[in-house]
Amino acid sequence: MSECSCTSSQSPEFDATALEAILSSGSTVEGALVPILQASQDAYGYLPRPALEMIARSLRLPLAEVYGVATFYAQFHLEPRGKHIVRICHGTACHVRGATEITDVIVGELGVEVGSTSEDLSFTVESVACVGCCGLAPVVLIDGETHGGLSTQAARRIVSKLQREQTQ
Amino acid sequence: MIAPDTSTPRAAYEVRVCAGSACVANGSLQIAQRFEEAIARNGLAGSVRVIKTGCHGLCARGPVVVVGPDGVFYPAVDLDAADRIIVSVLGDREPVEPLLFRESPGADSIARYADVPFNARQQRIVLRNCGVIDPESLDSAFAAGDYVALSTALATMTPEQVIEMVRDSGLRGRGGAGFSTGMKWQLARAAEGDLKYLCCNADEGDPGAFMDRAVLEGDPHAVLEGMALAAYAIGASEGYVYVRAEYPLAVKRLRKAIADAEARGLLGKDIMGSGFSYSVSIREGAGAFVCGEETALIASVEGRRGMPRPRPPFPTTSGLWNRPTCINNVETLANIPWIVANGAEAYAAIGTGNSKGTKVFALTGHVHYTGLVEVPMGLTVREMVHEIGGGSSSERPIKAVQIGGPSGGCLPASLFDTHIDYDALASVGAVVGSGGLVAVDKSTCMVEFARYFLAFTQDESCGKCVPCRIGTKRMLEIVTRITEGHGQPGDIETLERLGNLVRSTSLCALGGTAANPVLTTLKYFREEYEEHISEKKCRAHACGALSTYAVIPEKCKGCGVCKKNCPVNAISSVIKEQYTIDPDTCVKCGICEAKCPFDAIIRV
Ligand SMILES: Cc1cc2nc3c(=O)[nH]c(=O)nc-3n(C[C@H](O)[C@H](O)[C@H](O)COP(=O)(O)O)c2cc1C
Ligand code: FES
Repeated sequence: MSECSCTSSQSPEFDATALEAILSSGSTVEGALVPILQASQDAYGYLPRPALEMIARSLRLPLAEVYGVATFYAQFHLEPRGKHIVRICHGTACHVRGATEITDVIVGELGVEVGSTSEDLSFTVESVACVGCCGLAPVVLIDGETHGGLSTQAARRIVSKLQREQTQ
Repeated sequence: MIAPDTSTPRAAYEVRVCAGSACVANGSLQIAQRFEEAIARNGLAGSVRVIKTGCHGLCARGPVVVVGPDGVFYPAVDLDAADRIIVSVLGDREPVEPLLFRESPGADSIARYADVPFNARQQRIVLRNCGVIDPESLDSAFAAGDYVALSTALATMTPEQVIEMVRDSGLRGRGGAGFSTGMKWQLARAAEGDLKYLCCNADEGDPGAFMDRAVLEGDPHAVLEGMALAAYAIGASEGYVYVRAEYPLAVKRLRKAIADAEARGLLGKDIMGSGFSYSVSIREGAGAFVCGEETALIASVEGRRGMPRPRPPFPTTSGLWNRPTCINNVETLANIPWIVANGAEAYAAIGTGNSKGTKVFALTGHVHYTGLVEVPMGLTVREMVHEIGGGSSSERPIKAVQIGGPSGGCLPASLFDTHIDYDALASVGAVVGSGGLVAVDKSTCMVEFARYFLAFTQDESCGKCVPCRIGTKRMLEIVTRITEGHGQPGDIETLERLGNLVRSTSLCALGGTAANPVLTTLKYFREEYEEHISEKKCRAHACGALSTYAVIPEKCKGCGVCKKNCPVNAISSVIKEQYTIDPDTCVKCGICEAKCPFDAIIRV
């Protein structure tokens, strides 16, 4: 197999420093690809193409395989994500306690569909299947913080608060 | 080496603040801090101690605080309540009567946590230390007896004896399939190979289930001790814990527990001087339900797309990097130290015929007391829902339970006397599964509920085999169109045929069980499907397209938001305040319902 000749990983806007550190510390472990992708996403917020290319080269894997793994798992994102991440739980407990209505409210207030990011990169809205706080259903995670026992009113309140903070 | 560290004197009086995920979300860490500050201010750090524990179980009434040797229980503690509890703790230690648990306002108070009806039928083996110990402290785990079983086994038992004991206990895997743990270990022990793996499956992907999370967060050393015992039994020297990505707190506590255990020689090389070595690493999942399936889990740990492969060969013969690999569930492993410490007979004495021991359930849905419960196998569904769960949380009666998550089934109220064990549940089409138990009242539409589960499994189908990838897709399309009012005669029969086909021909149990929610609701709630199809009616008013929308005049404040947002101008105001929806123009999009700031628009 011949070496891939594309050069986009040298693109000016991609700062490879963080990724180099990740690769140098973890690429010798067996089955390293998934942990490396996780660490890269933590560092960059998503997985830019130049990062995938560098990982492929460093692990001596075809880019297609790296891409295949990155797109298989729901956790990995190939597009930039919003500054604030709103994750609405659609686990069973939350579903029967009104997650759908909560979703309608949040999508309506933020004007961002589930699974997408607002154009100004302020908000990403996602649905997740159970965050393990089912006793508090329905649950929404905002930037990792759990908000439980939500009514539609309470959901409206917390997202408008988030919006206010964002515009300030 | 196993003795508790006595350099910090044990405090006389203990205040346990729940630091499980649900209580943390409700602010329990601030409560704990409030206690700690008050204790420090009063110079009582030596005689009163705050312990941040794992889940107590009663998440619905969090933050949970349990005080003193009698276990006086304070539910839903806020900062004001915390201040009043402090006064008691630092003073006469009498329970603060107005803050105690009551089943309903005005009812008699119940002081001890153990006496709350939610706990009355429970028996804690897996959760023995959850809510008792500080999961971030190895000394706290020692004091509760963790690692005693391991040290006994390493000193006095052969691996074969450990296997025999676990086999005789009757323990079956708690990850879903219910395979005999002792038998699995026997196969792994017999497999050829100089390097074997013992892995812990902590992927817990079932939506609506949090048993494994609670154990990992509340008593991580019990899981590690179980892993070390299992590794000793089968002859494994390495292992992974595969933890779900959404469980950051569990990962953090597990990581600390592993480091602490290694530092004390309880894991790693030459454990407790016995010559037996076993090391554990953590692998975080990356958000794929199918990775809970053991062959997919292996693919994922190896760094590939997490897709299952046909078995045989079973992982016990050829698993991780083609070496013999035994994979056990968190709860299965947390049972092991108890069995080794108390003997096979003690465990086998609990439970029913082929279902021994206890099972942890995540009891959720429309019941009063949602939370984590551990009960002997064989309780009835009714006992779970009404005695432990306290019955319906609304004025509407509970009409069904769903047991076992997306691979499980729905049972109607007429079958609530069914015993919760492997055989009894299988005979009515449900499964024990991993332990999600969701009770729903009349506001849940069973067709929509089945659609929900199917949508989950269809979304998580890895796409490798045709029946699962395409079969569940077609089924989902049909169920969805039924909920949208476009069901056709013959749909029910097609669903049944497809469901049975997907069940019998899929590669792994994801497809093999995906149809269960649909098939069981078709069996027990067929009339709801028929109503949707022939009368275009949803008796639960849950299917938006089959409901009409109306304004509740008492709640309507006349703000006009609904009218402004209605895409088809179906909303008019006759006199300035009186908004009405014209049912003939309305397209049932539900926007007005979502937009109304006063929840004044309902489905009828
Ligand atoms: C789609 C699918 C998801 C599964 N998810 C889990 C899981 O999250 N946790 C688990 O322990 N077992 C899960 N299992 C079962 C495992 O394949 C395996 O049977 C189990 O981990 C074995 O452990 P046990 O014998 O201790 O139960 C899943 C199986 C399937 C088919
Ligand atoms: S179902 Fe939402 S937290 Fe579990």
